[in-house]
Amino acid sequence: MKQIFTVANKEFHDGLRNRWLVSITLIFALLSVGLTYFGAAASGVLGVASLSTTIASLASLAVFLIPLIALLLSYDSFVGEQESGTLLLLLTYPLSKSQLLLGKFIGQGGIIALATLLGFGASALLLYFQLGDADIFSAFGLFIFSAILLGLSFTAIAYLISLSVSEKSKAAGFALITWFLFALAFDLALLALLVGVEEGVSQQGLTQLMMLNPADIFRLINLSGLDASGVNGALAAAINASLSQTELISALAAWVVLPLMLAIFIFKKKKL
Amino acid sequence: MSNPMVSLVDAGKSYAQLDALQTITMTLGEGEVLGLFGHNGAGKTTMMKLILGVISPTQGQVEVMGMAPDSKEAWHCRSKVGYLPENVSFYEQLTGLEVLTYFAKLKGFSKKEAIELLEQVGITYAMKRQVKTYSKGMRQRLGLAQAFIGEPKLLLLDEPTVGLDPIATRDFYKTVDQLKANGSSVILCSHVLPGVEQHIDRAMILSSGKLLAMGTLSELRQQAALPVTIKPSGLNGTVAINTKLNGFLSSSCQQTLMVPEHEKLMVLKELLSLDGLNDIHVEAANLEQVYQHFLLEHKLSEHELSKHGLSQPKQVKKGQG
Repeated sequence: MKQIFTVANKEFHDGLRNRWLVSITLIFALLSVGLTYFGAAASGVLGVASLSTTIASLASLAVFLIPLIALLLSYDSFVGEQESGTLLLLLTYPLSKSQLLLGKFIGQGGIIALATLLGFGASALLLYFQLGDADIFSAFGLFIFSAILLGLSFTAIAYLISLSVSEKSKAAGFALITWFLFALAFDLALLALLVGVEEGVSQQGLTQLMMLNPADIFRLINLSGLDASGVNGALAAAINASLSQTELISALAAWVVLPLMLAIFIFKKKKL
Repeated sequence: MSNPMVSLVDAGKSYAQLDALQTITMTLGEGEVLGLFGHNGAGKTTMMKLILGVISPTQGQVEVMGMAPDSKEAWHCRSKVGYLPENVSFYEQLTGLEVLTYFAKLKGFSKKEAIELLEQVGITYAMKRQVKTYSKGMRQRLGLAQAFIGEPKLLLLDEPTVGLDPIATRDFYKTVDQLKANGSSVILCSHVLPGVEQHIDRAMILSSGKLLAMGTLSELRQQAALPVTIKPSGLNGTVAINTKLNGFLSSSCQQTLMVPEHEKLMVLKELLSLDGLNDIHVEAANLEQVYQHFLLEHKLSEHELSKHGLSQPKQVKKGQG
């Protein structure tokens, strides 16, 4: 346990030193405050938009940004240390592979989680001062919690990439492709399946397919709670047949735990 | 030497394509310093990794302090082992002190010990600076400080003196001697370096995964049967007409005698009996020559083998190149 903490502490401080925490927090805060104020501009009103519109726009923003940031932060965690030789050295220490991996996960996951909390929390506070509505905290609470899970999930996926390749540049390439697949291509494919194939998938089947993508689970969690008026497309169809919030959150949590366990497994098999 | 610090019994490691290390049997006692020599790819690093327990042998047994180093029981022994990898670049964005504190904590020590170690290797003046500003020699010192954490009982040092200036090299060997006096065992892995002879008890020569020779320097000298170089001065040609001595004259230099080890005393006595001798210089083969000898011998025997093999033309070409 002490070993895990030592590694986590180092990784967290690296995140602070490299200004990751500050930049991510700023990006989230600026974008979310901006969306909160100007999100309603499209419907002709300037000023604080309604809570559900705000959450909906924040979720569609976060679903692109958070995976990208998590992958960027963590893709070189292992392959980078392997290239510089410190990975081999660390493994001669009284430190097991799972301790090293979990330590890194807690440290880097901590950066993502804290940045998400501070960045989006800022706009929650702002909304609260404007509207004075205590519902804001429960709505934002769910949003921030699921956003953190989404970030952790992609941190774990980044470790999978980092442990499976032998060069940093390759890891960067794979990270980009992974982001593209999960954040963009998957949804396009789903839409094509819905529109292009007659009697292809039922609503039930569609929802099940969406469980294969943590980004989509995140969308479902945040949009299904809202009045569905502002939501259309494949999502709307899925929402109608949706699973309960608890089930969705468990599915997203599984997307954190399973890649993490797989990463530990790959790390243990890895030839040094 | 009741309990050897390290023992390898027929230990080897092979990968799908390559025998990185073929069956090696050796022991290393407490307080012993072993020099491990060989070219790149000779299997030095593989052997170190086996001893460190980072990889498991595909055959034979490896024991460190009486336990298999890759097993769970050997876990607590790891803080008693120090390792300096060959090419390591520490976290560039951290300061030297931060790097060393991190490693010290992982071994269960604190910042205080880290500072003491930095003092020992002489880079306290730069400990608040980022590692990326360090020179090659400073990085090497930082690496050594890292290997010395917790006064290890067993030290494995891969190319420890690369990038060190002569003074730092001398300091380094002093530290090795000190550790040895405290009962630590050391494996020094390097290309053959001048000056390493006085600090090692035994040498081990590896080439392409095979053990070519192992023993104390004098044993190796004997095995190699390399001649002793004797340079008398002031004799003005009397050697050339002395029938007992002129057979030993070096073909390249008429003033030098190349004498097999067992005839050294006879030749010396004969020389001393000659009139006019005013000085005499005796030099036994050094480690570098011994090393060259074993490598050459190995190459020749491989060459011999390949002549009788199937892939003759290819192999011969390789031997010439």
